[in-house]
Amino acid sequence: MATTTKRANMDYAAGKPVDPRAIEAMLTYLKTSYGNPSSLHVAGQEAKRALDEARTRVAELINAEKTEAIVFTSGATESNNLGIKGAANRNKDRGTKIITSSVEHISVVNPVKFLTTKGFEAVFLPVDKFGSLDLGSLEKELNEKTTLVSIVYANGEIGTIEPIREISKIVHTKNAFLHVDATAAAGQVPIDVKALGIDLLTISSNDMYGPKGVGALYVKDGIRLEPILHGGGQEKGLRSGTENIPSIVAFGKAAEIAKQEMQINVKKLTNLRDKLIEGLLKPLPYTFLNGHPTNRLPDNVSIRYSFIEGESMLLNLEMNGVSASSGSACTSKTLEPSHVLLATGLKHEEAHGSIMFSLGRENRLEDVEYVIGLMPSIVNRLRAMSPLTPKELKQ
Amino acid sequence: MYSEKVMEHFKNPKNTGEIPDADGVGTVGNPICGDLMTMYIKVKDNRIADIKFKTFGCGAAIATSSMTTDMAKGKTLGEALKITRADVATSLGGLPPVKMHCSNLAADALHAAIRDYYKKQEAATEVKK
Repeated sequence: MATTTKRANMDYAAGKPVDPRAIEAMLTYLKTSYGNPSSLHVAGQEAKRALDEARTRVAELINAEKTEAIVFTSGATESNNLGIKGAANRNKDRGTKIITSSVEHISVVNPVKFLTTKGFEAVFLPVDKFGSLDLGSLEKELNEKTTLVSIVYANGEIGTIEPIREISKIVHTKNAFLHVDATAAAGQVPIDVKALGIDLLTISSNDMYGPKGVGALYVKDGIRLEPILHGGGQEKGLRSGTENIPSIVAFGKAAEIAKQEMQINVKKLTNLRDKLIEGLLKPLPYTFLNGHPTNRLPDNVSIRYSFIEGESMLLNLEMNGVSASSGSACTSKTLEPSHVLLATGLKHEEAHGSIMFSLGRENRLEDVEYVIGLMPSIVNRLRAMSPLTPKELKQ
Repeated sequence: MYSEKVMEHFKNPKNTGEIPDADGVGTVGNPICGDLMTMYIKVKDNRIADIKFKTFGCGAAIATSSMTTDMAKGKTLGEALKITRADVATSLGGLPPVKMHCSNLAADALHAAIRDYYKKQEAATEVKK
């Protein structure tokens, strides 16, 4: 089916390969050191040491005040659920109002919506055209009844990095906690939970080249949560169930590597990102960048082409060996275009024409140049076929 | 996700473009939903002598448009009116369930173009009277 043998993966946001060094680190714990960290014998204590070591590495990545502040989970969805539902339910006596934004991941949106069926009130704050939170509306909505504010660190779809320091300052003028979903950001850009004043932080392993199915929630010392899983009381009672040691070890290694190599990777990816953005915007009219032009993740390029639809672009890219993703309804299960794009003020038909390239460690300049070379013919072909294309664009 | 037949029509769609002096034009869909298509027909001796389409939409929308024009070309207007959405999907080797409703509009666009042709004919007859 493919018309080419050249391949370029630009959908790293959907899934990343596990760093070979992280795989190497986990192998021992799959093969020989398979003890249960709750056991007192040697094998158990070996596993316990590995667990503590991984916890330290993850804590260091985000500059947590202490290692114990890291709770391992099954991934970002569970961390968001534990952070949001756990904080809201455990601290109901402090208030029942939850504030979040209109550009959150579905694993934040749905727990918040679920809580509204359990006696909580939820507010979804607006963002500007770049997807940055409207701080004025946060100030307005925040009151004595607010227990929790949950805001994404950086948007996985449009790349915009939120003003977390400012948000944290506002949130802490009242008695509320700040949960930050750093799934797309942790390991990509420096995060300092102490300096930023973050109370709860969601971290994903796969997003920093660790295995899928593991993640963490940072819980600031002194914040009490209600667990979701009840059982043997592992992870300080917040996450019962025997720890997934091999994956946690690999996650710890991935966090260590991410911290060590962050500067180099940020520089490399930012350079590729900016070349890709410029190269895509330049040759075609009616082509726009989604998200913030500068306050954005180094790996995110989200582009909007007028008059055409995202899935047709993706199919054309796939035929040429390029993986990407789209904000169009036609690629979603719900048949609704991305709520993130709509929240930035785009019309439905504009959101349909959006396409996201997410870069990764293995991308090279030639991948970027290849995609830049492909897009004009794909876009022009689809525009020639579209009834929405204005006359002056037709050849 | 898509059948080979769908991909074939998506890669090399038949009968794309406009017919400037079309005898009938039909548009269905809505860009808000992500699918909009226009069919143009040229009618000779009660048969579809020429047909072209313009489509904004996903792979299925483009492939069903192309397949519908292929199926309708040369048919009498009566025969063309009998082409259903299901016929188009079947000819394409099936469509993913989620696409059956949202993107399988081309038969409707064809019918709209034929109705437009009839309306124009009636109007022309009225004028002659």
